[in-house]
Amino acid sequence: MKHIKTIKTRNLCESAKKGGCGECQTSCQSACKTSCGIANQQCENSKESK
Amino acid sequence: MEREVNMIHQYKLGGYNIVLDVCSGAVHAVDDVAYDIIGRYECASREEILAELAEKYTDIPAEELSECYDQVAALAAEGQLFAPDTFEPAAGKLKEKTAGVVKALCLHIAHTCNLNCAYCFASQGKYHGDRAVMSFEVGKRALDFLIENSGSRRNLEVDFFGGEPLMNFDVVKELVAYARSVEKEKGKNFRFTLTTNGLLIDDDVIEFANRECANVVLSLDGRREIHDRYRVDYAGNGSFDRIVPKFQKLVEARGGKNYYMRGTFTHANPDFLKDVQTMLDLGFRELSMEPVVCAPGDESELTAEDMPIVCEQYEKLAELMLQKDNEGDPFTFYHYMIDLEGGPCIYKRISGCGSGTEYMAVTPWGDLYPCHQFVGEEKFLLGNVFDGVTNTECRADYAACNDYARPECRDCWARLYCSGGCAANAYHATGSVRGVYKYGCELFRKRMECAIMVAVARAMEEDGE
Repeated sequence: MKHIKTIKTRNLCESAKKGGCGECQTSCQSACKTSCGIANQQCENSKESK
Repeated sequence: MEREVNMIHQYKLGGYNIVLDVCSGAVHAVDDVAYDIIGRYECASREEILAELAEKYTDIPAEELSECYDQVAALAAEGQLFAPDTFEPAAGKLKEKTAGVVKALCLHIAHTCNLNCAYCFASQGKYHGDRAVMSFEVGKRALDFLIENSGSRRNLEVDFFGGEPLMNFDVVKELVAYARSVEKEKGKNFRFTLTTNGLLIDDDVIEFANRECANVVLSLDGRREIHDRYRVDYAGNGSFDRIVPKFQKLVEARGGKNYYMRGTFTHANPDFLKDVQTMLDLGFRELSMEPVVCAPGDESELTAEDMPIVCEQYEKLAELMLQKDNEGDPFTFYHYMIDLEGGPCIYKRISGCGSGTEYMAVTPWGDLYPCHQFVGEEKFLLGNVFDGVTNTECRADYAACNDYARPECRDCWARLYCSGGCAANAYHATGSVRGVYKYGCELFRKRMECAIMVAVARAMEEDGE
């Protein structure tokens, strides 16, 4: 019986191997302007660096 | 090695048992047995855990409990559970690599406003100073400063901010035209955002915003009585009835390009889901509701008593999103747009928000501040667009702000989702940019729990589970 369903996610440890490109959006420069969240931002380079 | 704490975050929400493996970013939806095993995995031996489970789950055969334990152990071996935090040495790397590179500016195109919102962190657009508007010359110099300092970055972000930027719309248009005239030869791609209270929106603004702005942020607090409580003109008249038709026209003409209907909730409406519902009823589908940022003791400030109400609202908002998904009428909520597969790499997640380094605010007269929320705080003045950054000590302080700069963050499971939090919120709450705005952190964690739950529910739905 399957007790655990693992949701598809980006492996953060793997992403550490390549180094960041810095092309992604600045954290606060969109809707909120009053709190910092980066989880909802897109990786500009995700196809290559996943 | 001393065991890291909080490498796992377990919680139950929306009918799911959710396990987040903090450092790998893995998310698991588990049954009760696996949930219990994971909770005890690092504290007890296999035999002890299985004995405890046998006592609790009397109707489940021992072999099945054992099999479940093995599944947990396999995930741990694969690095998808209990992954250690090995990221700290990399925390300053991205900023080191990109030292001196600026890629985003918040242009304070108008330090004046046609509304007189009592809760405004920018003190009605004046930022504790005099009313002023940015000239084309200063704005052009700011864009040139950005191009000159952006290194190899191709995508450059510019937000037209205020006060109310449409009070200086001619300069906004001229600056965009200038940027477009030079971006190709400079190898850049400008992404413009306009943040507006809506009063001055007309057909000209709509055509411009929809042609040139990658995003438009429209300020609406929700219910008429909530919106008009704070968002009033200088005669004290509410603005709801004047702006809503303009917003509707703009959004309809936007043809699917990004926008945010952005509201602020305060002590007057911790039950902000009603305001989200109002936005939906008005036809808007890309929504953001933010907790107020104000001076401590202000009447709009959220209180400890508001906290459980707000947290419940976040949960109900997540449920509403899933319900609307099922009804075929989905909407987005800024903080719940978590992208588990294509989200930021670890470098982005641990490097801090970028204020004072890759992101700065420019006043109407060309002064540079670490971000829009620091404008007017003289000790954070970085320099100006003519001479560049001259207060290198201040910039270095911001460059050192990252996920590992605050001891309080080390034990926080959400640290890879907030990047260390908002320096301005920290400063206003504690007097230090290296402080922690605990109230905001609590709300942030609740939002992330809800966002991950929504992602789990959607993934399970997709897989037919």
